[in-house]
Amino acid sequence: MLSLGQDEIAKYPFLADAGQYLKDKGFTLEQFGTDPDLKELITKAYERIQVAADGKIYKSDLIGDQVSKEAALPREVFSFLLAIVLLKLSGMHTLIKRFALAEARRAEKYLEKDLANISDESKKQLAIRVIDDLFSVQIEKLDDYFVIPVSDYLKHSINFHEREWKLINRHVENGQVFLTPHETVRLIRKELGTYINAKIVNAKTPTMIPGFEDSVNKLVMLSKKFSTFTVTTGEYPPCIKHAIDILEKGENLPHSGRFMLATFLLSKGQSVQQIAPLFKNAPDYNERVTLYQLNHLAGTSGSGTQYSCPSCEKLKTQSLCFATSECEGIITPLQFGKKRK
Amino acid sequence: MKETDIKFLESAFKKYYFEQFNLIRVPERTSEREFGYQKFNSGMTRHISVKDDKELHLLLMQNVPSDVYCSNAYYSFPNLPMNEKDWKEADLIFDIDAKDLNLSCRTNHTLSVCNDCSEISNNSEKCLKCNSTKLEKKSVPCKNCIDASKTEVLKLSEILINDFSINKDNIQVYFSGNEGFHIYVYNTQFQQIGSRERSELVDYIMFNGAIPEKFGMKKFKPNRNSFPDFDESGWRGRFSKYVYGSKSKRSKIISELLSNGYSSFQKTLDDVSENIGAKIDPNVTMDIHRIFRLPGSINSKSGLTKIHCKNLEKFDAYIDSSFLSDDTVEVLANCPIEFKLKNKKFGPYHNEKVSIPTFAAVYMICKKLATIA
Ligand code: SF4
Ligand SMILES: [Zn+2]
Ligand SMILES: [Zn+2]
Repeated sequence: MLSLGQDEIAKYPFLADAGQYLKDKGFTLEQFGTDPDLKELITKAYERIQVAADGKIYKSDLIGDQVSKEAALPREVFSFLLAIVLLKLSGMHTLIKRFALAEARRAEKYLEKDLANISDESKKQLAIRVIDDLFSVQIEKLDDYFVIPVSDYLKHSINFHEREWKLINRHVENGQVFLTPHETVRLIRKELGTYINAKIVNAKTPTMIPGFEDSVNKLVMLSKKFSTFTVTTGEYPPCIKHAIDILEKGENLPHSGRFMLATFLLSKGQSVQQIAPLFKNAPDYNERVTLYQLNHLAGTSGSGTQYSCPSCEKLKTQSLCFATSECEGIITPLQFGKKRK
Repeated sequence: MKETDIKFLESAFKKYYFEQFNLIRVPERTSEREFGYQKFNSGMTRHISVKDDKELHLLLMQNVPSDVYCSNAYYSFPNLPMNEKDWKEADLIFDIDAKDLNLSCRTNHTLSVCNDCSEISNNSEKCLKCNSTKLEKKSVPCKNCIDASKTEVLKLSEILINDFSINKDNIQVYFSGNEGFHIYVYNTQFQQIGSRERSELVDYIMFNGAIPEKFGMKKFKPNRNSFPDFDESGWRGRFSKYVYGSKSKRSKIISELLSNGYSSFQKTLDDVSENIGAKIDPNVTMDIHRIFRLPGSINSKSGLTKIHCKNLEKFDAYIDSSFLSDDTVEVLANCPIEFKLKNKKFGPYHNEKVSIPTFAAVYMICKKLATIA
């Protein structure tokens, strides 16, 4: 792990070890619920989530790059750590996603500023190391640009569908791609969001702490605004419907989800040509690649092996299962809706 | 194909595999590769693993395959079914084929073989004898095709070396055994990238998807300053060399481009891609599970060997890849176009019995232009 200075933790609070940080500062979570001065920070944390839920970026007390007040820095970090505690206590996944996304955008701004910093070499080095540590992307400074190996660039750029991100529209030299600080950070946007999201999802959920209840309840209310997903009955199992929903909304369906959907529909006798249009809305849609992958799964190209639809158990571990009572007793989505003897 | 023809081809291939085994070597990291083969008139056998040259030799002698393949990918368990193989990485591969180059010579030496009545006609849509549309296109050697393919190989290598900084020694060029070249690229930063990334590399190499902004033409308030210089590196440089023609014409051409406007510039980009992009087969490069013709093996489309081109410029495809014997055989030949193999001219033959060397007989039989008499 990186060793971070006070102002760096404030900028990139997701890099801190929460428990350790509190201990170092001499606090316990309970104190935040009872001490009237500290309790204010819970309100701050709630606001931080609220801003994120509205799709905005939390405006910090940090002004520009400067350390404004001695006290402001720890408060920044606390509001972030407490926000996570509140989110975990509320258990609201839609809020966690939105929060992670907004925090990623916030960090993005700082990373970009640090990369472009010409007066303070150490700030730039830290940003470079954050990017390397978190995303294994090795960037190097070359004159006014940052360069990264073409192969690393491709791993990230294939998630963008704007043509300007195509390799052909990039300055490529010596096996490296040249990027501005803005582009460098933009390149890892998705991974940054995923990283923060995973960090929150994987954090332990504490038991309710006295003094936290109000804010947690308010969060549950807040999240109602965003839960639009309803399960309807019909011929397809909930997991498949959910996947189709995501694609229709133009959101990103993970690879495992695409695998499930494609193998399911192929097993139901649909052709590669029928299935391919489903993926048209995906943010990273590429016709040639989609057809290649579908043909590969269908066994009509290359290997000749037809892949089968994963089991419900497997899908559960991949968080793709949205079981309803109708799913009872089946072991693969293919059995959904079939009468059993 | 007739039983007698298959027997003949098998014995010719077997002799080659027996006598020329030094030409057929297992690739490096053999035990991580998947092998496969096909026999005449039958399907593909794959998911095979091979330990060393000896084992490969045995496989060839026992099965006498028409074609032999080996993966460019490395697996933990190459002999297991595809989803259990555990893919590790794959060499970059490229296929350049004369038939994809839109060459004008193609019509002159492409024949249509009717699958229903075996009638052979000059490249047509329908069988002239029975009107069947089940035609197989067969092409006989042409120097122009090989020269044009070589040019594409050079374009590709130039991009790999200059833009991707790939060491020349890590690029190996093979004649495919028919009408094109296979290029292998080893030990690069690209070993572990997947097919979506490879598809992006393909677009880069073929000059697909370029946008005007990147090549100097802005949508709003375009100006001369952003246009590439003649000596720039990478695609901006290649583009300007092609479009300006010479340094001195740069200024004049830029004025023209500016006055023609943005959408016309986009069209220019799309048009020049045909000329400056390297014409590779996208499907081969992006396929990370492919088994690709094994170097040193015979290509059953021609009876010629897929062979390493140590010196591409001097390489003569129709001399340097023919290793079958000179023993004379009698065939019934129906090949209305003259061709040259091992420096000897053959044909044209119009449904006639001729005595010719084995290598030429195999060549025509593989193309369904002759049968054993
Ligand atoms: S139980 Fe099976 S069929 Fe039902 S939602 Fe979960 S994975 Fe799909
Ligand atoms: Zn016919
Ligand atoms: Zn030709």
